[in-house]
Amino acid sequence: MKSLEELAALRERMKNNVAMRQDNSTATRVVVGMATCGIAAGARPVLTAFVEEVNRRGLKDVVVTQAGCIGMCKLEPIVEVFQPGKEKVTYVKMTPEKVSRIVTEHLVNGNPVTEYTVGAYME
Amino acid sequence: MQELSLNILDIAENSVKAGASLITVAVCYRPTADRLTVTITDDGCGMDAETVRKVTDPFYTSRTTRRVGMGLPLWKMAAEMTGGTMTVESAPGVGTTVTAVFGMSHIDRLPLGDLPQTMATLIGGSPEKDFRLEFEYDGARFTADTREYRAVLGEEISLAEPEVLAFITGQVAEGMAECCPAPEKL
Repeated sequence: MKSLEELAALRERMKNNVAMRQDNSTATRVVVGMATCGIAAGARPVLTAFVEEVNRRGLKDVVVTQAGCIGMCKLEPIVEVFQPGKEKVTYVKMTPEKVSRIVTEHLVNGNPVTEYTVGAYME
Repeated sequence: MQELSLNILDIAENSVKAGASLITVAVCYRPTADRLTVTITDDGCGMDAETVRKVTDPFYTSRTTRRVGMGLPLWKMAAEMTGGTMTVESAPGVGTTVTAVFGMSHIDRLPLGDLPQTMATLIGGSPEKDFRLEFEYDGARFTADTREYRAVLGEEISLAEPEVLAFITGQVAEGMAECCPAPEKL
Protein backbone atom coordinates (compact mmCIF):
# COMPACT_ATOMS: atom_id res chain seq x y z
CA MET A 1 0.00 0.00 0.00
CA LYS A 2 1.11 3.58 -0.59
CA SER A 3 3.08 4.69 2.45
CA LEU A 4 4.03 8.02 3.95
CA GLU A 5 7.56 7.29 2.71
CA GLU A 6 6.17 7.50 -0.81
CA LEU A 7 4.59 10.84 0.07
CA ALA A 8 7.96 12.05 1.37
CA ALA A 9 9.55 11.02 -1.93
CA LEU A 10 6.79 12.87 -3.77
CA ARG A 11 7.54 15.94 -1.69
CA GLU A 12 11.22 15.78 -2.65
CA ARG A 13 10.28 15.57 -6.33
CA MET A 14 7.81 18.44 -6.07
CA LYS A 15 9.45 20.93 -3.76
CA ASN A 16 11.74 22.51 -6.31
CA ASN A 17 9.17 23.17 -8.99
CA VAL A 18 5.88 23.59 -7.22
CA ALA A 19 4.52 26.94 -6.19
CA MET A 20 1.80 26.95 -3.56
CA ARG A 21 -1.58 27.14 -5.28
CA GLN A 22 -3.10 30.36 -4.16
CA ASP A 23 -5.80 32.61 -5.46
CA ASN A 24 -4.24 35.68 -6.97
CA SER A 25 -5.49 38.51 -9.13
CA THR A 26 -3.76 37.36 -12.31
CA ALA A 27 -4.94 33.76 -12.23
CA THR A 28 -7.86 32.29 -14.11
CA ARG A 29 -10.35 30.85 -11.63
CA VAL A 30 -12.50 27.83 -12.48
CA VAL A 31 -15.29 27.56 -9.90
CA VAL A 32 -17.40 24.39 -9.66
CA GLY A 33 -20.73 24.53 -7.81
CA MET A 34 -20.63 21.87 -5.09
CA ALA A 35 -23.88 22.25 -3.16
CA THR A 36 -26.36 19.35 -2.87
CA CYS A 37 -27.83 20.17 -6.27
CA GLY A 38 -24.44 20.21 -7.98
CA ILE A 39 -23.15 17.07 -6.27
CA ALA A 40 -26.34 15.15 -7.08
CA ALA A 41 -26.12 16.23 -10.72
CA GLY A 42 -22.51 15.05 -11.09
CA ALA A 43 -20.23 17.94 -10.03
CA ARG A 44 -17.66 15.71 -8.33
CA PRO A 45 -16.38 13.99 -11.50
CA VAL A 46 -16.49 17.35 -13.34
CA LEU A 47 -14.27 18.92 -10.67
CA THR A 48 -11.91 15.94 -10.80
CA ALA A 49 -11.73 16.19 -14.60
CA PHE A 50 -10.79 19.89 -14.41
CA VAL A 51 -8.06 19.25 -11.82
CA GLU A 52 -6.63 16.40 -13.88
CA GLU A 53 -6.78 18.25 -17.20
CA VAL A 54 -5.22 21.45 -15.81
CA ASN A 55 -2.49 19.34 -14.20
CA ARG A 56 -1.94 17.27 -17.35
CA ARG A 57 -1.40 20.42 -19.39
CA GLY A 58 0.80 21.97 -16.71
CA LEU A 59 -1.24 25.19 -16.53
CA LYS A 60 0.30 27.17 -13.67
CA ASP A 61 -1.94 30.24 -13.70
CA VAL A 62 -5.24 28.38 -13.36
CA VAL A 63 -6.89 27.77 -9.98
CA VAL A 64 -9.71 25.21 -9.74
CA THR A 65 -11.94 25.92 -6.73
CA GLN A 66 -15.36 25.08 -5.32
CA ALA A 67 -18.42 27.13 -4.47
CA GLY A 68 -21.78 26.43 -2.89
CA CYS A 69 -25.11 26.72 -4.67
CA ILE A 70 -24.79 29.04 -7.67
CA GLY A 71 -28.57 29.43 -7.83
CA MET A 72 -29.72 27.65 -10.99
CA CYS A 73 -30.13 24.13 -9.64
CA LYS A 74 -31.82 22.66 -12.73
CA LEU A 75 -28.76 23.59 -14.82
CA GLU A 76 -26.21 21.87 -12.57
CA PRO A 77 -23.42 20.90 -12.73
CA ILE A 78 -22.44 24.55 -13.25
CA VAL A 79 -18.90 25.82 -13.77
CA GLU A 80 -17.95 29.49 -13.80
CA VAL A 81 -14.73 30.73 -15.37
CA PHE A 82 -13.29 34.06 -14.18
CA GLN A 83 -10.45 35.63 -16.12
CA PRO A 84 -8.97 39.01 -15.16
CA GLY A 85 -10.39 41.80 -17.31
CA LYS A 86 -12.95 39.57 -19.00
CA GLU A 87 -16.60 38.85 -18.44
CA LYS A 88 -17.48 35.76 -16.40
CA VAL A 89 -18.43 32.71 -18.46
CA THR A 90 -20.97 30.25 -17.03
CA TYR A 91 -21.04 26.68 -18.32
CA VAL A 92 -24.11 24.58 -17.51
CA LYS A 93 -25.11 20.91 -17.63
CA MET A 94 -21.44 20.06 -17.42
CA THR A 95 -20.00 16.59 -17.90
CA PRO A 96 -16.41 15.31 -17.57
CA GLU A 97 -16.41 14.83 -21.36
CA LYS A 98 -16.87 18.58 -21.93
CA VAL A 99 -13.94 19.53 -19.72
CA SER A 100 -11.08 18.82 -22.13
CA ARG A 101 -12.57 21.10 -24.81
CA ILE A 102 -13.16 23.94 -22.34
CA VAL A 103 -9.59 23.71 -21.06
CA THR A 104 -8.18 23.68 -24.60
CA GLU A 105 -10.35 26.32 -26.22
CA HIS A 106 -11.12 28.64 -23.30
CA LEU A 107 -8.40 28.37 -20.68
CA VAL A 108 -5.52 27.90 -23.13
CA ASN A 109 -6.68 29.77 -26.24
CA GLY A 110 -9.07 32.30 -24.69
CA ASN A 111 -12.15 31.36 -26.72
CA PRO A 112 -15.16 30.37 -24.58
CA VAL A 113 -17.05 27.30 -25.82
CA THR A 114 -20.27 29.15 -26.54
CA GLU A 115 -22.45 26.09 -27.10
CA TYR A 116 -21.92 24.89 -23.50
CA THR A 117 -22.76 28.23 -21.88
CA VAL A 118 -25.90 29.25 -20.05
CA GLY A 119 -26.66 31.71 -22.86
CA ALA A 120 -26.80 28.93 -25.46
CA TYR A 121 -28.93 26.76 -23.18
CA MET A 122 -31.49 29.50 -22.65
CA GLU A 123 -31.91 30.28 -26.37
CA MET B 1 -27.99 10.91 -4.82
CA GLN B 2 -26.80 7.70 -6.45
CA GLU B 3 -23.99 6.89 -4.02
CA LEU B 4 -23.56 7.22 -0.27
CA SER B 5 -20.18 8.85 -0.87
CA LEU B 6 -21.93 11.77 -2.59
CA ASN B 7 -24.08 12.28 0.52
CA ILE B 8 -20.92 12.12 2.62
CA LEU B 9 -19.34 14.78 0.41
CA ASP B 10 -22.43 16.98 0.74
CA ILE B 11 -22.65 16.71 4.53
CA ALA B 12 -18.91 17.17 5.04
CA GLU B 13 -19.07 20.30 2.85
CA ASN B 14 -21.61 21.63 5.35
CA SER B 15 -19.03 20.99 8.09
CA VAL B 16 -16.49 22.99 6.09
CA LYS B 17 -18.95 25.87 5.83
CA ALA B 18 -19.62 25.60 9.59
CA GLY B 19 -16.01 26.65 10.18
CA ALA B 20 -14.73 23.25 11.33
CA SER B 21 -10.97 22.72 11.51
CA LEU B 22 -11.19 18.90 11.71
CA ILE B 23 -13.80 16.78 9.95
CA THR B 24 -13.85 13.03 10.56
CA VAL B 25 -15.64 10.57 8.28
CA ALA B 26 -16.08 7.10 9.76
CA VAL B 27 -17.44 4.25 7.63
CA CYS B 28 -17.99 0.98 9.48
CA TYR B 29 -19.29 -2.25 7.90
CA ARG B 30 -20.46 -4.99 10.28
CA PRO B 31 -21.52 -7.92 8.06
CA THR B 32 -22.47 -10.16 11.00
CA ALA B 33 -24.90 -7.54 12.31
CA ASP B 34 -25.88 -6.57 8.72
CA ARG B 35 -25.18 -2.95 9.56
CA LEU B 36 -23.31 -0.15 7.84
CA THR B 37 -22.73 2.94 9.97
CA VAL B 38 -21.49 6.25 8.57
CA THR B 39 -20.56 9.00 11.00
CA ILE B 40 -19.46 12.51 10.07
CA THR B 41 -18.10 14.55 12.96
CA ASP B 42 -16.88 18.14 12.97
CA ASP B 43 -15.67 20.74 15.43
CA GLY B 44 -17.49 23.57 13.69
CA CYS B 45 -19.89 26.18 15.04
CA GLY B 46 -22.58 23.60 15.95
CA MET B 47 -26.34 24.17 16.11
CA ASP B 48 -28.81 24.92 18.87
CA ALA B 49 -31.54 22.42 19.76
CA GLU B 50 -34.20 24.23 17.74
CA THR B 51 -32.06 24.16 14.58
CA VAL B 52 -31.24 20.46 15.11
CA ARG B 53 -34.96 19.75 15.39
CA LYS B 54 -35.62 21.41 12.01
CA VAL B 55 -32.57 20.15 10.20
CA THR B 56 -34.28 17.24 8.44
CA ASP B 57 -37.08 19.45 7.18
CA PRO B 58 -36.34 20.02 3.47
CA PHE B 59 -38.04 23.39 3.61
CA TYR B 60 -35.71 24.65 6.33
CA THR B 61 -32.22 25.94 5.59
CA SER B 62 -29.86 28.50 7.05
CA ARG B 63 -28.47 29.46 3.66
CA THR B 64 -29.70 32.40 1.65
CA THR B 65 -29.02 31.31 -1.93
CA ARG B 66 -32.09 29.09 -2.06
CA ARG B 67 -34.91 28.27 0.29
CA VAL B 68 -34.69 24.49 0.48
CA GLY B 69 -32.09 22.29 2.17
CA MET B 70 -32.09 18.75 0.79
CA GLY B 71 -28.82 17.29 2.07
CA LEU B 72 -29.79 15.87 5.46
CA PRO B 73 -33.40 14.98 4.45
CA LEU B 74 -32.00 12.88 1.58
CA TRP B 75 -29.46 11.26 3.92
CA LYS B 76 -32.22 10.44 6.43
CA MET B 77 -34.38 8.96 3.69
CA ALA B 78 -31.47 6.89 2.36
CA ALA B 79 -30.94 5.38 5.83
CA GLU B 80 -34.58 4.84 6.77
CA MET B 81 -35.48 3.14 3.50
CA THR B 82 -33.04 0.36 4.51
CA GLY B 83 -34.55 -0.04 7.97
CA GLY B 84 -31.88 2.19 9.50
CA THR B 85 -31.78 5.53 11.27
CA MET B 86 -30.19 8.96 11.01
CA THR B 87 -29.40 11.10 14.02
CA VAL B 88 -27.85 14.53 14.50
CA GLU B 89 -26.12 15.58 17.70
CA SER B 90 -24.88 19.12 17.96
CA ALA B 91 -23.98 21.82 20.44
CA PRO B 92 -23.19 25.46 19.69
CA GLY B 93 -19.45 26.09 19.81
CA VAL B 94 -18.64 22.39 20.11
CA GLY B 95 -19.52 20.81 16.77
CA THR B 96 -21.87 18.38 15.10
CA THR B 97 -22.04 14.62 14.66
CA VAL B 98 -24.28 13.11 11.98
CA THR B 99 -24.73 9.35 12.25
CA ALA B 100 -26.53 7.21 9.69
CA VAL B 101 -27.13 3.49 10.16
CA PHE B 102 -28.05 1.38 7.12
CA GLY B 103 -29.27 -2.15 6.65
CA MET B 104 -26.11 -3.35 4.91
CA SER B 105 -27.67 -6.00 2.66
CA HIS B 106 -31.01 -4.24 2.17
CA ILE B 107 -31.98 -4.14 -1.49
CA ASP B 108 -32.59 -0.38 -1.34
CA ARG B 109 -29.24 0.43 0.28
CA LEU B 110 -27.28 2.73 -2.02
CA PRO B 111 -23.73 1.62 -2.89
CA LEU B 112 -20.89 3.39 -1.11
CA GLY B 113 -19.50 4.64 -4.43
CA ASP B 114 -16.22 6.44 -4.90
CA LEU B 115 -15.20 7.33 -1.35
CA PRO B 116 -11.52 7.95 -2.30
CA GLN B 117 -12.64 10.59 -4.82
CA THR B 118 -14.95 12.15 -2.23
CA MET B 119 -12.06 12.48 0.22
CA ALA B 120 -9.83 13.99 -2.49
CA THR B 121 -12.57 16.48 -3.40
CA LEU B 122 -12.98 17.55 0.22
CA ILE B 123 -9.24 17.90 0.79
CA GLY B 124 -8.62 19.66 -2.52
CA GLY B 125 -11.42 22.11 -1.87
CA SER B 126 -10.28 23.02 1.64
CA PRO B 127 -6.57 22.19 1.92
CA GLU B 128 -6.24 24.39 5.01
CA LYS B 129 -8.61 22.14 6.98
CA ASP B 130 -7.94 18.68 8.34
CA PHE B 131 -9.87 15.58 7.36
CA ARG B 132 -9.69 12.10 8.81
CA LEU B 133 -11.14 8.96 7.25
CA GLU B 134 -11.74 5.91 9.44
CA PHE B 135 -12.76 2.89 7.40
CA GLU B 136 -13.62 -0.44 9.00
CA TYR B 137 -14.87 -3.67 7.50
CA ASP B 138 -15.61 -6.55 9.86
CA GLY B 139 -12.87 -5.51 12.29
CA ALA B 140 -10.18 -4.66 9.69
CA ARG B 141 -9.34 -0.94 9.85
CA PHE B 142 -7.74 1.71 7.68
CA THR B 143 -7.28 5.39 8.51
CA ALA B 144 -6.14 8.36 6.45
CA ASP B 145 -5.44 11.67 8.14
CA THR B 146 -4.39 14.94 6.53
CA ARG B 147 -2.46 15.87 9.68
CA GLU B 148 -0.07 13.02 8.87
CA TYR B 149 0.21 14.13 5.25
CA ARG B 150 0.80 17.72 6.35
CA ALA B 151 3.59 16.63 8.69
CA VAL B 152 5.37 15.01 5.74
CA LEU B 153 4.70 17.73 3.16
CA GLY B 154 5.51 20.71 5.37
CA GLU B 155 4.35 24.21 4.56
CA GLU B 156 5.75 24.44 1.07
CA ILE B 157 3.51 21.90 -0.68
CA SER B 158 -0.26 22.23 -0.53
CA LEU B 159 -2.55 19.27 0.00
CA ALA B 160 -4.47 20.60 -3.02
CA GLU B 161 -1.63 19.85 -5.41
CA PRO B 162 -3.00 17.37 -7.97
CA GLU B 163 -0.14 14.94 -7.45
CA VAL B 164 -0.79 14.92 -3.70
CA LEU B 165 -4.51 14.38 -4.25
CA ALA B 166 -3.71 11.50 -6.61
CA PHE B 167 -1.55 9.95 -3.88
CA ILE B 168 -4.34 10.32 -1.31
CA THR B 169 -6.96 8.87 -3.67
CA GLY B 170 -4.73 5.89 -4.38
CA GLN B 171 -3.84 5.33 -0.74
CA VAL B 172 -7.48 5.41 0.38
CA ALA B 173 -8.55 3.04 -2.39
CA GLU B 174 -5.76 0.60 -1.53
CA GLY B 175 -6.47 0.87 2.21
CA MET B 176 -10.15 0.11 1.71
CA ALA B 177 -9.32 -2.80 -0.60
CA GLU B 178 -7.00 -4.32 2.01
CA CYS B 179 -9.78 -4.25 4.61
CA CYS B 180 -12.58 -5.52 2.44
CA PRO B 181 -12.64 -8.89 0.62
CA ALA B 182 -14.76 -7.45 -2.23
CA PRO B 183 -14.42 -3.65 -2.30
CA GLU B 184 -16.28 -3.43 -5.60
CA LYS B 185 -19.42 -4.63 -3.77
CA LEU B 186 -19.32 -1.98 -1.02
